[in-house]
Amino acid sequence: MTKKAASRIIKVDALSRVEGEGALDLRIKDGQIQDLKFRIFEPPRFFEALLRGRDFSEAPDITSRICGICPIAYLLGASQAMEDALGVEVSGPLRDLRRLIYCGEWIESHVLHAAMLHAPDFLGLDDALQIAKANPDLVKKALKLKKIGNDILDVVGGRAVHPVNLKVGGFYKVPTKDRVRELIEPLKWAIETSRELALAFGGFEFPDFDYDYTCVSMRHPDEYAIQDGTIVSNRGLAIGVNEFPDHFLDEHVAHSNALHGMTKDGGAYLVGPVARYNNNFAQLSKLAKATAKDAGLAPTCTNPFQSIVVRMVETLFACEEALRIVKAYEEPDASCVNIKPRAGTGHGCTEAPRGICYHRYRIDADGLIENATIMPPTAQNQKQIEMDLRGVIERNMNLADEKLKWRCEQTIRNYDPCISCATHFLRLNIERD
Amino acid sequence: MVVAKKPKLAVWKFSSCDGCQLSLLDCEDELLVVADSVEIAYFLEATRAQVKGPYDISLVEGSITTADEEKRIHKVRKQSKMLITIGACATAGGIQALKNFADVDDFVQAVYAHPEYIETLKKSTAIADHVPVDLELRGCPINKMQLLEVLGATLAGRKPNVPDHSQCMECKMSGTVCVMVAKGQACLGPVTQAGCGNVCPACDRGCYGCFGPKELPNTHALAERLGELGLSDKQRRDLFRTFNAAAAPFAKESLNHD
Repeated sequence: MTKKAASRIIKVDALSRVEGEGALDLRIKDGQIQDLKFRIFEPPRFFEALLRGRDFSEAPDITSRICGICPIAYLLGASQAMEDALGVEVSGPLRDLRRLIYCGEWIESHVLHAAMLHAPDFLGLDDALQIAKANPDLVKKALKLKKIGNDILDVVGGRAVHPVNLKVGGFYKVPTKDRVRELIEPLKWAIETSRELALAFGGFEFPDFDYDYTCVSMRHPDEYAIQDGTIVSNRGLAIGVNEFPDHFLDEHVAHSNALHGMTKDGGAYLVGPVARYNNNFAQLSKLAKATAKDAGLAPTCTNPFQSIVVRMVETLFACEEALRIVKAYEEPDASCVNIKPRAGTGHGCTEAPRGICYHRYRIDADGLIENATIMPPTAQNQKQIEMDLRGVIERNMNLADEKLKWRCEQTIRNYDPCISCATHFLRLNIERD
Repeated sequence: MVVAKKPKLAVWKFSSCDGCQLSLLDCEDELLVVADSVEIAYFLEATRAQVKGPYDISLVEGSITTADEEKRIHKVRKQSKMLITIGACATAGGIQALKNFADVDDFVQAVYAHPEYIETLKKSTAIADHVPVDLELRGCPINKMQLLEVLGATLAGRKPNVPDHSQCMECKMSGTVCVMVAKGQACLGPVTQAGCGNVCPACDRGCYGCFGPKELPNTHALAERLGELGLSDKQRRDLFRTFNAAAAPFAKESLNHD
């Protein structure tokens, strides 16, 4: 064990394997945390401001540019908020197509993070390319699985990054039955492979840490919520999407370009795969539940390091859902429902891969946007990430600087933080006095 | 005899959504081959490992929106033999350049409770406005096949084959029915550079110009035609003012309708 002087300074300048730019400032004195700030320094891009005066129909494409990893969360969240404002409902086969493309985003984003960005931490490696040297087969399978997610985005959305085929009211053009059905065989392989990866990641050694999280997620009466539903927590919260602003606050703190989300009473909360899994476990498929169990997960997950396994269980579920929708797919008669602008306020919320992503817009009688509010998942998780870091650092105070630094990074990566989204993120500076 | 070393590749991020550098990780079939032919020396989104410069190839994503970024791009340029900008943010300022047409203080106040915590420049600008750029790849996002072509060509020491004709030509070549002629839809295809892979017209949707202006675009004639199709000045202004709003020909045309 490394012998420590009473004071030391550790600095790391940029957190890697996350989407966007962020840093952690940590001051430790006599084995006590003096100050801990998880900073997001991704430059602000002012989406809420630049939407003002734009037509309601432009909100999905413009807001999708908040994030290249989870554009569907923005395309759909914005669309559904506008549909809410305009009194329109997208149901039936068009809703199924939306769920299908969202499954594609979950697969692509979850596999990217779990296999390429997070797994190296558990193996003590710098990146997935190093895993590829030791286990090329695993990385090749992961890449192929991720590609199937992107293929869904491409077939339904016209393009993998920033799809072009989604709009308020539905789609520009519905995909042909032939192209959709071509996804059947790849998805069958994807189900087996995501189980295999879940079991492989389940065998990792997980740092000892538990937290009694306030888990906030969507819930849908009939299915594991992805693209719509109500907002619930494991503390008894059950609200409509339109009530989100009444129950959650955001605070602008000096050290971050992302607004910090919190519950009304100022508490941290958790959104994302672990929150969804804990809240909606009962609605997972039989195979997803069995895989969770075989990979070492209990029906409630309280160790954030196991989020990598939860992501693979959700990936498996998303593959099964996608397969179900794809098999039943028939081309709908109309690609969208008709929209007529009117004045109003609308709310939209979906389960982005990283957690609930809330949108609210007020539009005028001509359909022009007067006001926009977007609450991305990483902003909501930011406070909880700081809480986790505090706990992890306290338990690992005797680790050597380089190891403690890496453990902190791993803790942050448990959240698959999307800093581009939240800035609306990481240098890691540890100072020990 | 000198043993040939693998060229060092660096990926840099400025103000952006990460979608263009994600395109590199999205090259699922080719990623391991690419990784084998270069040394990935700096790529924060993918790896903890950082190798010091100089770098043979630097891919730069994002636009310049803060004083810190303004300084950092010069450091990147100094360390890079070849600097390639990737995507509409890097080549034209991106969607965040909409603030160039507004009062930035007003923007800060609209989003943040404590404007004093926010540091931002008045304009979002392209990388080439600050340092010499060797090659640019357009698009919001870039097309990953174009990225592979540019990397492959650069490694082989040949000129990359990146077309600079219009999106309109792409539709003709692929036999896609013209959405403007056949359906009267607004389309920026005649003035937009090709390369996306024909994605919007193939979805029965007019091109929204995410690859930016082609060389010498006749935006005026297109705007006239769009007017005849019933688009108001505001609609025409907004059509030219999206992901490549600050690209000169698009900026100029949008101001004609302000």
